[in-house]
Amino acid sequence: MKKNLGQIYSLFFSALAGLIFGLGLVLAGMANPAKVLAFLDLAGLWNPSLAIVMGSAICIGLVAFSIAKKHTRSLLGLPMNLPTSRIIDQRLVLGGLAFGVGWGLSGICPAPAFVLLGFGSIKGAIFLGFMLIGMGIYELIESYRNLEKSKTSAAITNAKKSES
Amino acid sequence: MLIDWNNFTPWSAISGGVMLGIASALFILLNGRIAGICGILGGLYRPQRNDIGWRVAFIIGLILAPLAWATVNTLPNINIEASNGLLAISGLIVGISTRYGSGCTSGHGVCGISRLSPRSIIATLAFMGTGFLTVFIVRHVLAI
Repeated sequence: MKKNLGQIYSLFFSALAGLIFGLGLVLAGMANPAKVLAFLDLAGLWNPSLAIVMGSAICIGLVAFSIAKKHTRSLLGLPMNLPTSRIIDQRLVLGGLAFGVGWGLSGICPAPAFVLLGFGSIKGAIFLGFMLIGMGIYELIESYRNLEKSKTSAAITNAKKSES
Repeated sequence: MLIDWNNFTPWSAISGGVMLGIASALFILLNGRIAGICGILGGLYRPQRNDIGWRVAFIIGLILAPLAWATVNTLPNINIEASNGLLAISGLIVGISTRYGSGCTSGHGVCGISRLSPRSIIATLAFMGTGFLTVFIVRHVLAI
C-alpha cells in the first residue's frame, strides 16, 4: 500500500516537473523556433533571449544539484540518479556537434518539440515524428553493434576454451 | 553585432528560465532524476519494469503545458520557418545525435552545466558552436 502511494507521488511530481518545464519554455519564448533561430543567428538581428533563459535556469540548477550531490536518496526516497561518467570521448563531441547542426536547421530541440505538439502545430509534429524515428534508428544501430561485439567476444572465449 | 531590441524580452526570458530551473530542481530533488528529455525518451526504447511511468508522465506534462497556459492566457505566436523536408532532416539528425551524444539542450545545457559536469560543458559548447555555424551557412551563405 505504502509502495503504491510512493509510485503515485513519483508519477505526479514527474508530470508536474514536465508541466512547469513546458510552461517555462512557453513563457521564455523558447517554444517558438523563430526566437531560437534569432539567438543562433549572430550575423543577423541577434536576439540574446536564449542565453538569458539558460543562465537563469542554471542559477537555480546550481543550487538544486549541489544539494542533490550530497544525498543518495531523493525526498521521495528514490535513488539519486546522477550521471557518473567523466569520459570525454568521440561519442560526446561528435554527438554534440551533429545535434547543433540539426538544431540550427529548424530551431527545434527535443523538449520544445513536445510543447509544439501541445500547440497543435503540424510542423512541430513532423519534426517530433522524425526525431522519434531518429532515436529508433540509433537504438537499432546500437543493438546491432552490441550483438556484433558479443559475437566477437564469444568467438574469442570459444577459441581460448579449445586452446586449453 | 546588431541586437534585436524589439523582440528581446529579458523579463520573460528570466522568469521562463527560472521556471525551467525550478522544474529541473523538483525533478532531481523529488524524483532523483535529471530533466534531460533525450535521456527520458531513450529509456522508453528499452522499456524496463517500473521505469516507464515517470518518463511518460514527464512527457505528458510537457505536451499539456500549452493547453494549461491557454486556459488562463492567450498563447504566444509560434513560427516555424523550416520547410517540411528540412524539418524531417532536422528531426532525424536531432534524434540520432542526441542519443549518440547522451543529451540535448535540457540534459547537457541546463542540468549538466548546473552539475558543473565537464562532459556537459563540452557538449554544450559543441552544439552551440555548430548551431551558430549552421544558421550562418543557411541564412547568410546559402541564403535560403
